[in-house]
Amino acid sequence: MVDDLYQETILDHTKHPRNCHAMADATRSAEGYNPLCGDKLKLFIKMEGDVVKDASFLGSGCAISTASASLMTESLKGKTRDEALKLLEKFHDLLTTDSPVTKDMGKLVVFCGVRDYPARVKCATLAWHTLKTALNGTPETVTTE
Amino acid sequence: MSTVRSEIAAGFDVQKVREDFPVLKQTIHGMPLVYLDSAATAQKPFAVIDAIRKFHEVDCANIHRGVHELSQRSTAAYEETRSKARRFLNARFTNELIFVRGTTEGINLVSSSWGRHNVKTGDEIVISAMEHHSNIVPWQMLCEEQGAKLRVIPMNDRGELILEEYQKLLNPRTRMVAVTHVSNALGTINPVRQIIEMAHQAGALALIDGAQAAPHMKVDVQALDADFYAISGHKVVGPTGIGILYGKTALLNAMPPYQGGGDMIKTVTFEKTTYADLPYKFEAGTPNIAGGIGLGAAFDYLTHLGLDQIAAYEHELLLYGTEALLRIPGLRIIGTAREKAAVLSFVIEGIHPHDIGTVLDRQGIAVRTGHHCAQPVMDWFHVPATTRASLAFYNTTAEIDALTAGLKKVKEIFS
Ligand SMILES: Cc1ncc(COP(=O)(O)O)c(C=O)c1O
Repeated sequence: MVDDLYQETILDHTKHPRNCHAMADATRSAEGYNPLCGDKLKLFIKMEGDVVKDASFLGSGCAISTASASLMTESLKGKTRDEALKLLEKFHDLLTTDSPVTKDMGKLVVFCGVRDYPARVKCATLAWHTLKTALNGTPETVTTE
Repeated sequence: MSTVRSEIAAGFDVQKVREDFPVLKQTIHGMPLVYLDSAATAQKPFAVIDAIRKFHEVDCANIHRGVHELSQRSTAAYEETRSKARRFLNARFTNELIFVRGTTEGINLVSSSWGRHNVKTGDEIVISAMEHHSNIVPWQMLCEEQGAKLRVIPMNDRGELILEEYQKLLNPRTRMVAVTHVSNALGTINPVRQIIEMAHQAGALALIDGAQAAPHMKVDVQALDADFYAISGHKVVGPTGIGILYGKTALLNAMPPYQGGGDMIKTVTFEKTTYADLPYKFEAGTPNIAGGIGLGAAFDYLTHLGLDQIAAYEHELLLYGTEALLRIPGLRIIGTAREKAAVLSFVIEGIHPHDIGTVLDRQGIAVRTGHHCAQPVMDWFHVPATTRASLAFYNTTAEIDALTAGLKKVKEIFS
């Protein structure tokens, strides 16, 4: 039951988050906050031209938000700004609509279980909301509210 | 004392009590519901549900305005709750009980009406480190508006207020001390009688947030000598949207109205309005009549069970639950006051409360996770959030066993 939500990949990324460090030479960064559960996240992006060269994060959060940040930073590398924003939209649809799961989302499909846990959607989208702020270059803290 | 308590508790027939609460008889995700979130809102017994239903089916009319039979019946039933509230809180006079939407509105009524007239630049308001946001923000707003200063009684590692520090905060500029009777986030029962006495000695008034105390212990506003005492109906097994503010007659009489409108006036002309006497001066507009009548039934229900019996039984549950939780490796209870109500707030090493809440929910167990509207408490204990199991007299030791089994499952998933 609850295993639909906490799939193995998610648990792996929760226990061993990837790209979980500060980045001294980041060209963009933004902070995200989910007032409901107190989750905080700082995202670092290094752009080269229009391409995301590197991405990392720091923060404390629940299993879903940590795994989401970890998997997001992995999937961003090498994407153009537009591709990244498109992926964000698809990710949002994956969590909030019944749209069929498409193949091009890679590992991110592990979050499809979140659909059945409406109270947890904000946990999964915190990193992505923060990404949007970082890419749009408005530097203040975003919240999921 | 504790043996007397456990003897009383032994005579408490919880299975019979559970029959009074229809909501408890259901399954959630295929498992029997284990409701451990009564500090957020208590479940309602048939007595309350039926009283509200009867009002709508048989007696429905506006109050205080009609000569017709229905209006007289609804007025009588609604006003009867005021008398019941007087007995429930042991106030001296019935007109010292004001109907409000809940604790939040009760506190806002005082901070607005009393506060704007009595708090001046340089004055001080004292609250505590364990207040619910509803007993912080209204005072903060008042202080900002009037140029007054908000001061905070600190607490120790157990989550007990430090009275020596409180004493140091009191001075001739202190106008009001606003403190919770029982903390919703920690369970701490504060020594409010002493806190009030110290406030009075300094020449200040005292407001007590009784939201979490009223459901779990006998409250006596005269013995406490509280100037104001606020409670929420929905936490005392009554409906939402109704509550009671108690205030001493002399203070209430000296305060201006809170809101203007119908019911709170004696006469209105375009030149001048004269206000109604207590308690109607503070009750503008058509109130939550059904809620008020339901609240009366809730007072009756709790009085019939006996607040002392409830307190004794819940204390046994608390001891049982505390012991059970402490056997779980890596679990830390937040709030270990020596005087404590049946609230078990805890964190588990390496597992976020939100994940704990989700996994428990899938096993039918309802707990609250988050900051419990007490962010300063979370900051003090350096945790972003806790998981909180809050117990009521309709909970059982078997449900606590279900909780600990549920937490074992949580640990399996995340270890
Ligand atoms: C200690 C305390 N004070 C005040 C409140 C606010 O009560 P209400 O939301 O019913 O106005 C609560 C309820 O959560 C509480 O636990």
